[in-house]
Amino acid sequence: MPTVSMTVNGKPVSGEVEARTLLVQFLRENLRLTGTHVGCDTSQCGACVVHVDGIAAKSCTTLALQCEGAKITTIEGLAEPGGKLHPMQEAFREHHGLQCGYCTPGMIMAALDIVRRNGNDLDEHTIREQLDGNLCRCTGYHNIVKAIAAGAKAMA
Amino acid sequence: MSATGIGAAVRRKEDVRFVTGKGQYTDDVVRPGETRAVFVRSPHARARIKGLDASEAKKMPGVIAVLTGAELASDKIGNLICGWMIHSKDGSPMKMAPHPALAATIVNHVGDAVAVVIAETQAQGRDAAEKVKVDYEVLPAATDPAKAKSGPQIHEIAPKNTIYEWSLGDAKATEAAFASAQHVTKLDIVNNRLAPNAIEPRAALAEYDAGTDHLTLWNTSQNPHVARLVISAFVGIAPEHKLRVIAPDVGGGFGSKIFIYPEEVVCLWAARKVQRPVKWTSDRTEAFVTDAHGRDHITHAELALDLNGKILALRAKTIANLGAYMSTFSSSVPTYLYATLLSGQYDIPQIYCEVDAVYTNTVPVDAYRGAGRPEATFVVERLVEVAAREMGLDPADLRKRNFIKSFPHQTPVIMAYDAGDYNASLKKAMEIADVKSFGKRKRESARNGKLRGIGYSTYIEACGIAPSQAVGSLGAGVGLWESAEVRVNPTGSVEVLTGSHAHGQGHETTFAQLVSERLGIPFDNVSIVHGDTDKVQFGMGTYGSRSGAVGMSAIVKALDKIEAKAKKVAAHMLEAAEGDIEFKDGKFTVAGTDKSAAFGDVALNAYIAHKFSGQELEPGLKETSFYDPTNFTFPAGCHICEVEVDRDTGKAEIVNWTAVDDFGTIINPMIVEGQVHGGIAQGVGQALLEGVVYDKDGQLVSGSFMDYTMPRAHDLPSFKVETTMTRAPSNPLGIKGCGEAGAIAAPAAVINAITDAIGSESVSMPATANTVWSALQKATPRQAA
Repeated sequence: MPTVSMTVNGKPVSGEVEARTLLVQFLRENLRLTGTHVGCDTSQCGACVVHVDGIAAKSCTTLALQCEGAKITTIEGLAEPGGKLHPMQEAFREHHGLQCGYCTPGMIMAALDIVRRNGNDLDEHTIREQLDGNLCRCTGYHNIVKAIAAGAKAMA
Repeated sequence: MSATGIGAAVRRKEDVRFVTGKGQYTDDVVRPGETRAVFVRSPHARARIKGLDASEAKKMPGVIAVLTGAELASDKIGNLICGWMIHSKDGSPMKMAPHPALAATIVNHVGDAVAVVIAETQAQGRDAAEKVKVDYEVLPAATDPAKAKSGPQIHEIAPKNTIYEWSLGDAKATEAAFASAQHVTKLDIVNNRLAPNAIEPRAALAEYDAGTDHLTLWNTSQNPHVARLVISAFVGIAPEHKLRVIAPDVGGGFGSKIFIYPEEVVCLWAARKVQRPVKWTSDRTEAFVTDAHGRDHITHAELALDLNGKILALRAKTIANLGAYMSTFSSSVPTYLYATLLSGQYDIPQIYCEVDAVYTNTVPVDAYRGAGRPEATFVVERLVEVAAREMGLDPADLRKRNFIKSFPHQTPVIMAYDAGDYNASLKKAMEIADVKSFGKRKRESARNGKLRGIGYSTYIEACGIAPSQAVGSLGAGVGLWESAEVRVNPTGSVEVLTGSHAHGQGHETTFAQLVSERLGIPFDNVSIVHGDTDKVQFGMGTYGSRSGAVGMSAIVKALDKIEAKAKKVAAHMLEAAEGDIEFKDGKFTVAGTDKSAAFGDVALNAYIAHKFSGQELEPGLKETSFYDPTNFTFPAGCHICEVEVDRDTGKAEIVNWTAVDDFGTIINPMIVEGQVHGGIAQGVGQALLEGVVYDKDGQLVSGSFMDYTMPRAHDLPSFKVETTMTRAPSNPLGIKGCGEAGAIAAPAAVINAITDAIGSESVSMPATANTVWSALQKATPRQAA
């Protein structure tokens, strides 16, 4: 079986994978980073979003071997080592942008990418359009939109 | 109101683990030696299993076992059951067909499982499952509920695929009322079949301890104790005391995770056979063919009114598609959760409803957010809106003319509404929605080439399910009380073990708010424990918007007992008579003096037991309550939806949403609003986007998120959500419940708005651009006033 090496949340890691092993499986099963979730099998739901070399990617549609040498950030890599939450995580909590929490890691990682692409001053329309790749069944998106706008501002 | 007490928008305790990816969902749990289960499922809607050859599969790498329906049967594992008995009009019981966890002789829907591969890895299991050869003799399937009665008979026990033919109400009196009516509105309504699609797929992890002959099941369940009861008492996998069920963090349920499904039964059975933990996690396609679907009613409904728009009677005849097998609560949804709400918010003297439940070769159908009440609300609110249009009456005025204004109000369909003020929510909603200026907005839209419409939905629901004797008399196999055990620790912190289960509702926060305020202790000193049958002795779980009304009432009763016991301890500590002890703001005081003891001190003393005789007064401070509600609760409100329809494409965009709901007492307004938002989104999904589609051969066409349209952020507006308040008289806190309201109210509001915009009633759900455009071609849109 091939071996893959990458950096995840700042730590070098490696593991044996099959050619068909998805990045999300490598993260969840090999590295036991279970914060990244699987919610569908056609790449629509976004629960699996992580950052690969600084850019949002759906880890369910990325092969582990594709990430050889890449820098991966998962939800577990956002908060400070002492436990202080990232402003976007804090914003989700403050604005009740989550209920069951299952879509939340992917939603937060996608939100950070919206900020990367559109800046810190996000309007409602932009956020709603940019969330096309993230499904939530609990919140109706109303508070997610508020959380992302607030988190973006706090990151400025 | 304190910063963390009842009524405060306290930020949630559970969020820290969820936003940092440290939640523990069932698939996150890993047990040593874990294996993976991959099911072999029927590709046919109906077929006889002539043979099954697993020999090649068994030889594949990593395969530990391939287990079949025949082996399940020979191990005498019992069938899954429906736990609510419904009788037909002729007195005969519902026709419940056998539902084995793995089919041995016949499959009845695409996705029906016939075998399971147990393998070292998921990938190996998948590879092997593909090599299991099943020899199917394809049989003609009954797929259309409208034609089920004349289709091929699916189950021997149910001629004409009829499960029951049920009715409620006085047929003769209703007929007489219709005969005397000056106006009758008639509608044919399809309440479209939905897939619940919680974002976390279902999962089950079973582990067998051979040393103690004990099974543990981690499962995405909304009600772990009910799962344990059914699996032990009916399916017979293990006796209750040797089966532990843990429902850890669960990523949304919406009803779909109430039921006991084949997969957890098979995992438990397999774990004991292979003597290793067995884990199954659904993928999304699998979820579409196994998770219970919702809704799927075909209804002909009529409303009788007099000249002045006073409603005289309502009648409805419904065909309810329950799918291939009767799921756990399926029989109750189109009967006692549906017909009993056909009075809506209105004083309707006569109501008669007939429901025929049928089998089809499709996925089983059961409760999904609202469970019967969205179906009822859609019927009532469409009838009322169309009646208003036909009679040239303002839809708000017609409603006001017919609102129930005095309580208690006994409807003709069992429910007795105890408190409400429907005028108040309608009035407030109309103000917030600025209905007065709608005409101006409509003209503005017209200038931009858009058709603007406005639609009302004044809904009511029966929640806080339910008084045990009442539902028992209606056929329920279980009581619907709830339990709470309040444990005060010696150092003054409190743990509440609740039979409720949170899968997004925030109980760890809201229940703690209640306890913190009542006992006068810091919010952070209260822990809420749920979801483990080893910790919480028994509970009925969370659904039917019951955790506030029933779950919290149980906590209140337990807290009453805690206070009573603590007063006895305090009396000894303060050397006073028990009757002279008062408890307020966390302190026990001797009335009329300044002698007091803090809650924490009393707690410690209860356990140290030095200040009283342990024979006269038992040490410890821990109390339990099983609370049985005295009535349903009746949340109600008014939602107003405004849409803009593009003439050229038929696309409807929601441009305004106003919700004014009466939920009685509110513990945490932030969480309540969140529940309303989520419910509205699901209701809008039903109205505009979603629909399970089967072809004539019973193939599921909408089997993934590519084909089944889930609501996305850009499909929805921001919502204006407010409340009015009449306390629920039936429970100590006055809570009505809020979890389902949005899903119940929304579809009618959307369709009422679109039909208003285009001037045609021929709009079915989902009202896709194609549907609306087609209706537009034959319609004459109303001009703006």
